[in-house]
Amino acid sequence: MLRVDVEKQLGEFSLQASFTGEGRVIGLFGASGAGKTSLVNMIAGLLRPDRGTIVLDGETVDDTAAGIHVPAWRRRIGYVFQDARLFPHLNVAQNLDYGRKMNRLAPDPAQHARVIDLLDIGTLLDRRPGKLSGGERQRVALGRALLAKPRLLLLDEPLGALDEGRKLEILPYLVRLRDEANVPMVYVSHDAAELRQLATQIVMLKQGRVTSLGGVRLLA
Amino acid sequence: MSDISPAEWTAILLSLRVAIIATLVATPFGIALAWLLARRDFWGKSMLDAIVHLPLVLPPVVTGYLLLLTFGRRGLVGGFLADHLGIVFSFRWTGAALACGVMSFPLLVRPMRLSIEAIDRRLEQAAETLGAAPWKVFFTVTLPLALPGVLAGMVLGFAKAIGEFGATITFVSNIPGETQTISSAIYSLIQTPDGDAAAGRLVIVSIVLALGALIAAEWFARRATQRLHGN
Repeated sequence: MLRVDVEKQLGEFSLQASFTGEGRVIGLFGASGAGKTSLVNMIAGLLRPDRGTIVLDGETVDDTAAGIHVPAWRRRIGYVFQDARLFPHLNVAQNLDYGRKMNRLAPDPAQHARVIDLLDIGTLLDRRPGKLSGGERQRVALGRALLAKPRLLLLDEPLGALDEGRKLEILPYLVRLRDEANVPMVYVSHDAAELRQLATQIVMLKQGRVTSLGGVRLLA
Repeated sequence: MSDISPAEWTAILLSLRVAIIATLVATPFGIALAWLLARRDFWGKSMLDAIVHLPLVLPPVVTGYLLLLTFGRRGLVGGFLADHLGIVFSFRWTGAALACGVMSFPLLVRPMRLSIEAIDRRLEQAAETLGAAPWKVFFTVTLPLALPGVLAGMVLGFAKAIGEFGATITFVSNIPGETQTISSAIYSLIQTPDGDAAAGRLVIVSIVLALGALIAAEWFARRATQRLHGN
């Protein structure tokens, strides 16, 4: 369960968001500039709220009044960025293994095989990110985040940088991920169709404020 | 080249030793400073930047004299190091290495700083979300991506160190076998009536070393671009 109640001033833009997410996939919906990425960055711990609290599964990761700010690297919250952000100096296999190593987790060959199979990236392992297509890069980024065994997975417009054809190529993987990976997700998008397919709960964001909360029907 | 005399060899080998030690010792400081200048904002940053670049624009004899005052036997730092750690700089090859290190430092830091500035900071954020503590982010993402720049800086610093003359001769004089590098050997030879041939040989050696270093630095810089694009 994710409980967010934060305020943040970013230049002229003020973000003031409060919601509780319980679904398997919380869809964060809003036009560009609505503050979605800033909100997700705060959940990830990359951005510090000016005021407020963020609680994940009963653990307070941010509480400005109590002076609590758990740094991103200790949150165990996975993040898939719109631009994949694979490490260019590492090949795909090393990118996939990065989170496990950083968190000092024991190798888990079963999970490793499952994720590689789920995302269909077994043939890419020796390649450098520069030699991957946009869709492949995004699948590897998904795998890299999952293999760090996060408690929550943030996906910030993971299809945003892809053309229509590629989107349709990745979407089924995301559906499988939702149904099989067993990790709660926050899925950010400005595309209602995408969220209708994936989300189980919707948080609507408009100009830095939560305007409505509820089921996928909100998107109708 | 086969008729390089033993005395000339001594100067060449001493120059190599001085430049290698100067570069190796300066590198960790260079990386730390490059990172600081590229990534942090702090009070006195432009002052620090100016001080680092000072040896580039100051008359070398001034830098050498300041080193003598500071690191000489009776200098504040030199006296302390000699009394407590047994490290002596004045009129030793170690002093030549110190002078070369200080003089080449700006050239060593610059490519390192540029390569750190060129790194996409969002990659470091991605590493953080994957559980990497800041120091791990530095060693697994920042430094590997900056590596070609670090090597380019080392090569340029080395090239500068091997040719350093003014500060070295001021600080540690020109003692054959101890502080007489290629440059000071050439200086002595051209003041000797029939030193022209020997000086000429050492001039050729200097040109070869400097040219080789510049080509190597260029090669590393090209590698950096490839690395950042993930090919």
